[in-house]
Amino acid sequence: MFNEIMVPVDLRHVANLTKTLTIAADLAHKYGARITYVGVTGSEPSAIAHSPEEYSQKLAQFAASEAAAHGLNTRDHMIVAHDPAVDLNHKLADAVQELHADLVVMATHLPNVADYVWASHGGHLATHSKASVFLVRD
Amino acid sequence: MAEADESQGIPAPEGDTQLIDTDYEIGQDNVEGSLGPIGFDIHNPVFMVSALAVMAFVFYALALPQQASEIFGALRPWLTSTFDWFFLSSADFFVLFCLFLIVSPWGKVRLGGKDATADYSYIGWFAMLFAAGMGIGLMFFGVLEPVYHMAISSPLGTPSPFDADGNIIPANVERAKAMGLAATIYHWGLHPWAIYAVVALALGLFSYNKGLPLTIRSAFYPIFGERIWGWTGHVIDILAVFATLFGLATSLGFGAQQANAGLNHVFGVPIDITVQVILITVITGIALFSVLRGLDGGVKLLSEINMGIAALLLLFVLFAGPTLVIFSDFGKGLLAYAQEIIPLSNPIGRTDDSYRDGWTAFYWAWWISWSPFVGMFIARVSRGRTVREFITCVLIIPSLVCVLWMAVFGGVAIDQVLSDPATSAVKAQVIDSYNPPLSLFAMLEGLPLSSITSVIAIVLVIVFFVTSSDSGSLVIDTITAGGKVDAPVPQRVFWATFEGAVAIVLLVGGGLSALQAMVISTGLPFTLVLLLMCWAIIKGLRAEPR
Repeated sequence: MFNEIMVPVDLRHVANLTKTLTIAADLAHKYGARITYVGVTGSEPSAIAHSPEEYSQKLAQFAASEAAAHGLNTRDHMIVAHDPAVDLNHKLADAVQELHADLVVMATHLPNVADYVWASHGGHLATHSKASVFLVRD
Repeated sequence: MAEADESQGIPAPEGDTQLIDTDYEIGQDNVEGSLGPIGFDIHNPVFMVSALAVMAFVFYALALPQQASEIFGALRPWLTSTFDWFFLSSADFFVLFCLFLIVSPWGKVRLGGKDATADYSYIGWFAMLFAAGMGIGLMFFGVLEPVYHMAISSPLGTPSPFDADGNIIPANVERAKAMGLAATIYHWGLHPWAIYAVVALALGLFSYNKGLPLTIRSAFYPIFGERIWGWTGHVIDILAVFATLFGLATSLGFGAQQANAGLNHVFGVPIDITVQVILITVITGIALFSVLRGLDGGVKLLSEINMGIAALLLLFVLFAGPTLVIFSDFGKGLLAYAQEIIPLSNPIGRTDDSYRDGWTAFYWAWWISWSPFVGMFIARVSRGRTVREFITCVLIIPSLVCVLWMAVFGGVAIDQVLSDPATSAVKAQVIDSYNPPLSLFAMLEGLPLSSITSVIAIVLVIVFFVTSSDSGSLVIDTITAGGKVDAPVPQRVFWATFEGAVAIVLLVGGGLSALQAMVISTGLPFTLVLLLMCWAIIKGLRAEPR
């Protein structure tokens, strides 16, 4: 059913992603799919990394540790955005195509009034991508 | 020293750089939360103190307008006449400092590490640094300044080409023409761009190469060490937010007046506060849209559109005006600039107060108060350039473009004034009565198709206005989020709206002149900040592998 599962991750909030990561891993096992963890960063230093290269290594480490923990086939894919806060939505949509992902599993917040103005990232992706999108409420 | 250490996952950036080893984590002092449904992530002391202090200032200017305008009205001339030597010599120092860096061996250091590649193409890069760095000033002063310096302000004691009755004194014409352009180019050439380059280089170096957050305080790590994370750093950042916000609001004031004057000139729209408030609201609305579209989809796109329209207008004026005369004026102006730059930069023992205090010192303070904003913006789009490439591009190319702009707009205007003083609209609006917002339109009137070009000029004023407002909001948002570039988008909306609101409130309450005085006042302490920054840059560069 699914071959390539894409899981966007925010490395700052890995602790809150347990549910999402577990669901993604379960689905990957069920369908024998590969998981690609996707991280978006700017080129400016952030709390996670001083530079995109450092970020890339941390993302790779994360993917490797998930692979070891769940016995999965994983990849990692870093996206460098000029303006991460705004570019995130369409960069993720681009990544779905680029990675040929057929399923996206991602965490999203509970919907609220602000969604009328700023849709959640997951909501945006579900609206604009051909892949199936599985939104996990945190 | 954090060397590449795979086991800990903290490698160097691309290629070798010398990361500064600090335990500070970007955003560790931030407050994250949500206000109702809207999330925020702000550096609490910096965000709160800046926002509240700006509000307090606005409130004061409104509550006691008389007192505020008296105090601030006196403050500006006092500052520029007392500290003119300080502003002038500091600006000279920044130019020399930049020229030195170009030829020094440190020129080879690359921002973002030895193997970093540039994020933006040259065109996109120039468009953004230009739109952010000069913006509306080019429109406002392009005609006004050359004509004013030629005829009225007497830079270096150059005599006016007009006698008291308004008749031309032929003997003075050539020298006054050249000096009018040279004295203007001086304000828009190497000096302002050197000021911007210093700030941008410091931010780029300490952020991309040293791994510190993209905020003004980071540049002071070599001087204050870990103390920059405390109140020392808060004060620096708050000062930067002030300077940016007041600088922007001043610029918004100029823009609203000029757009209004243009609309009045072309369409007969009345010149009043209501129209200007509507203008600011509409423009802030467009800026909000641009800010929401982000750096690539909004700011960069608008900057490129902006540069395109500006280039068209420039070419039109060049070819519709006396083209050959303009070219020869351009040459003469540049030559006069080269000859006069040293006497014009001389900070002491001069008697041309109306030029030196009234214009030069005001400009230097203005550019310096804009420098955190423009510098940060330039830094953000300059990763991957070497120091030499960076300074050459930031210093030389924008200077040349400004020279060309001033030579064309000012050259045509001067030509109109001198060839037919009796009917020249520019002479009427600049020399006979002083009406700055109309000067550009008066010049266009003397050329063919003025109804079309005036409309283009109004559009350009508005777009310049938007590009300053949106990039300014991005910068203030980053500073008040402790150097985070991915803070929630509603924060940008807050700052863009806040700028517009400050401009409107002060426009209605009559506090714009107080605001200009505030710009100068923040420029003074910030000059010290910049001088310290030069020292920090040297210390930072010395530690970098070349």
